[in-house]
Amino acid sequence: MSQQQQQNGVSHRGKVLTLDNMNPNVKRVEYAVRGPIFLRAVEIEKELREGVKKPFTEVLKANIGDAQAMGQKPLTFFRQVLALCSYPELMEDSKFPVDVKQRAQRILSACGGHSIGAYSSSQGIECIRQDVARYIETRDGGTPSSPDNIFLSTGASDAIVTMLKLLMSGEGHDRTGVMIPIPQYPLYSAALADLGGVQINYYLNEDKCWALDIAELRRAISAARQNCSPRVLCIINPGNPTGQVQTRQCIEDVIRFAKEERLFLLADEVYQGNVYSEGSEFHSFKKVLFEMGPEYSSTVELASFHSTSKCYMGECGFRGGYMEVINLDPMVKAQLLKLVSVRLCPPVPGQALLDLVVNPPQPDEPSHATFMKEKTEVLAALAEKARLTEQTFNTVPGITCNPVQGAMYTFPRITIPQKAIDKAKELGQIPDMYYCMRLLNEEGICLVPGSGFGQREGTFHFRMTILPPTEKLKIVLQRIREFHLRFTQEFS
Amino acid sequence: MSMLQENDPYMKDMKQVETAALFRQIIRIMEELRQGVKKPYKEVIDVASGDPQKTGMKPLSFVRQILAACLYPQLINDNKLPVDVRQRAQRLLGECPGGSVGSYSATRGMPDIVHRVSEYISRRDGGAWSNPENIYISPGSQWSLANIFQILVNTEASTRTGILTPVPGYNTSILSIKELGAVPVPYYLDEEQGWELHMEELHRALASAKGVCNPVALYIINPGNPSGQVQSRQSIQEVIQFASEKRLFILADEVYQDTVYGEKSEFVSYKRVLAEMGPPFSDTVELASFHSASKGMLGECGLRCGYVELVNLDPAVMKYIYTQFSKDSCAPVLGQIALDVMANPPQPGDPSYPFYIEETQHIRTTLVHNVNRALTAFNSLPGLTCQPGEGGVFVFPRLDLPPRAIQKAKEAGLGPDTFYCVNLLEDAGVFARPGAEYGQKEGTHHIRICIMTPPDIMEELLRRVTSFHTQLMKDFS
Repeated sequence: MSQQQQQNGVSHRGKVLTLDNMNPNVKRVEYAVRGPIFLRAVEIEKELREGVKKPFTEVLKANIGDAQAMGQKPLTFFRQVLALCSYPELMEDSKFPVDVKQRAQRILSACGGHSIGAYSSSQGIECIRQDVARYIETRDGGTPSSPDNIFLSTGASDAIVTMLKLLMSGEGHDRTGVMIPIPQYPLYSAALADLGGVQINYYLNEDKCWALDIAELRRAISAARQNCSPRVLCIINPGNPTGQVQTRQCIEDVIRFAKEERLFLLADEVYQGNVYSEGSEFHSFKKVLFEMGPEYSSTVELASFHSTSKCYMGECGFRGGYMEVINLDPMVKAQLLKLVSVRLCPPVPGQALLDLVVNPPQPDEPSHATFMKEKTEVLAALAEKARLTEQTFNTVPGITCNPVQGAMYTFPRITIPQKAIDKAKELGQIPDMYYCMRLLNEEGICLVPGSGFGQREGTFHFRMTILPPTEKLKIVLQRIREFHLRFTQEFS
Repeated sequence: MSMLQENDPYMKDMKQVETAALFRQIIRIMEELRQGVKKPYKEVIDVASGDPQKTGMKPLSFVRQILAACLYPQLINDNKLPVDVRQRAQRLLGECPGGSVGSYSATRGMPDIVHRVSEYISRRDGGAWSNPENIYISPGSQWSLANIFQILVNTEASTRTGILTPVPGYNTSILSIKELGAVPVPYYLDEEQGWELHMEELHRALASAKGVCNPVALYIINPGNPSGQVQSRQSIQEVIQFASEKRLFILADEVYQDTVYGEKSEFVSYKRVLAEMGPPFSDTVELASFHSASKGMLGECGLRCGYVELVNLDPAVMKYIYTQFSKDSCAPVLGQIALDVMANPPQPGDPSYPFYIEETQHIRTTLVHNVNRALTAFNSLPGLTCQPGEGGVFVFPRLDLPPRAIQKAKEAGLGPDTFYCVNLLEDAGVFARPGAEYGQKEGTHHIRICIMTPPDIMEELLRRVTSFHTQLMKDFS
């Protein structure tokens, strides 16, 4: 009871909303990417601003897949069109190429009141969904795509959570179980905790470059059937944090497995434009599904997700994305429409941006040359940084790094000496969190501990983005190397 | 089935079928118009949402110029844009990671913007302190409202969580509550008294929840949607006292605070009244206040940006609120920038100030003009009664349809107000929403119409509705 309350003679008034009566599911939610280590990094930045002396002058935030925060440039074409959409008076300005103006006009004419400030329908602007469907058809070698099956969303995350909500049902032993890869992007575990779904872990094979193993899927689902009703299988391809790009064969095997076990497939394909390794190629689940013939393509239920935040665009701040749903029960689709209406609509600038991503400048258009140059530069830089990172980490005794075939991350395994593990335990910390906190405090480098993504018992990892500018990246890799050696030495 | 569900004014299942039918209809009509099918109208007037820009109201130039310069920074060096626009854009870009609006922001929003929003709140509330740590910017106010609902709903408790909700009330919020498995506990606003809130009715509603659900929160919309009522300071105090006594969390949806037109009305925030009531209320009553860039002078619905300010919450709970919001990433950066302008519009002496004043004046004048025109027009029609409103962007007139019309509606499997809206759309090309979606007293019917439109659109709207209504009353007399 506070002094003040005593003075007022008011009896102790506990809070209405407490840890005891709040939604217990919310207490189970963790999201490591913006979690404790990131919050510590923000604190350190504040201390630096206040003049506190540290062994470094800035914090390098390699915790989050945000390319433009690390200096990657947005594409000129996108920004020009969006500027015109925002302030159409600029259409008079001759510095904007003709194709930029045409795109802006087309987008604005599809918006209510010709403005990006009007609500769109909850499913997203119709002509943009048509463009997305056409893009998917082209990408997938002609496999038909219907705009009715396209749902624009506030980033891919929004659509993923919506689908999980939709698929959640049952209680007790009948509660929906959702298979997720370990390691995974922690949105999945967070959403499942929030929704009270059952998380079914299937382990990717680190020794085989994080390959997905059908035998492991079988093991996981069989064990899970004892306490839940498995209904969903999530795949991230290219993988986050693993970077692994699924082979076509593997995708087919997964689809077969999903059909056998009657699982709804959620294919998170936001990194489909980030493929670096020679010999790796992105195959969309949708395309492979349809190429497997009607026995599969007319029965397997699938939702595929894409976003404007990754690939070469890196436009995280726009919150643009979409999902394509295949073979959805019409009643479920009606439920889906209702669910998305609660959010009103996805941000219209993000929808507009998505329209440009699926409708980039064509070879005969004025913006084409610059566009291709910028896009190629971005992707080449990412590929180089992926290679550099993998190479450098593999020279450090105690760090092993699988090839970064795609996406934006590296997820190396680190050997943490037993004495350090004991020290961490003493402090009540998970060993890789202890490692990462030490790295952050000593070098000002913010990575996310592998425990935030999931890993096999007894192994430790961290996730680092490959996004810092090349020169900076080299320095960062060097400093991590030095830290690791120091750390290992300290606890030898 | 409990009494609450039996007399559910939100009429869940029937309404959903009707709403879906109405939306299918408008899509069909738009398609037919596109294909050149002959109709008594060339365009649909869509006044179904509180969306001024959809009807043709212009966005504020200052906002859009800043957005353009932030999107394409080359414009910062272009002296076609006013110097204050360019300075702001430069400063904002400096506040974005990597100097780009394409980066994620911090979970609660760009820290400098959050800070400025807290200062804006403080200024609005006569200096009452606003803690930036307690503000979360989200993709629209409904997003943060849903997140807070979610934390309040205890899915593992043996009794379902209840939330007191106004009738009539904003349907999306009610839907959100139901989706989370909580029970809306309706309290009825008094139509005859200009949709006033009576404390006895709150007491009655709370009592009705006994044995049915565990009410933990009170959701209130001020200015009201669709009612248009603006609460007096006295009324807000009473509600706060009620919430304190009955141990309810207050959810104050204040998105229409900047569109108050009633001459005798003034918006005062729940936060301000709470602060001015002093202890014990000011440091115990738990409050979440919601605002948005979608409404007011900005009307930037499509940018998706709003915020919640949390007051007096348990610090331990606040940690979980952070995690809850963090998995959503962040609000769209362009929306955050619009919100920043809302919090810090041009000041006297700024180059953009004169035009900004002209534009906002025009919006205010249009609103007042439209409200008066709509009230006059509707109240002159037999079978339509419109309460004078004080704020918001809607009118919510009551429909008193002849028995034959009600019968016809029944035969069509529709509620009378949905029947009215379906035919209004088909015959007159006006898209309005049936009162059933917002809840209404049993046996009453209403329609909701957004009156934040260009004046000429309003005239056309009134002409069409008058003509349609007169014809309908004649046909079914």
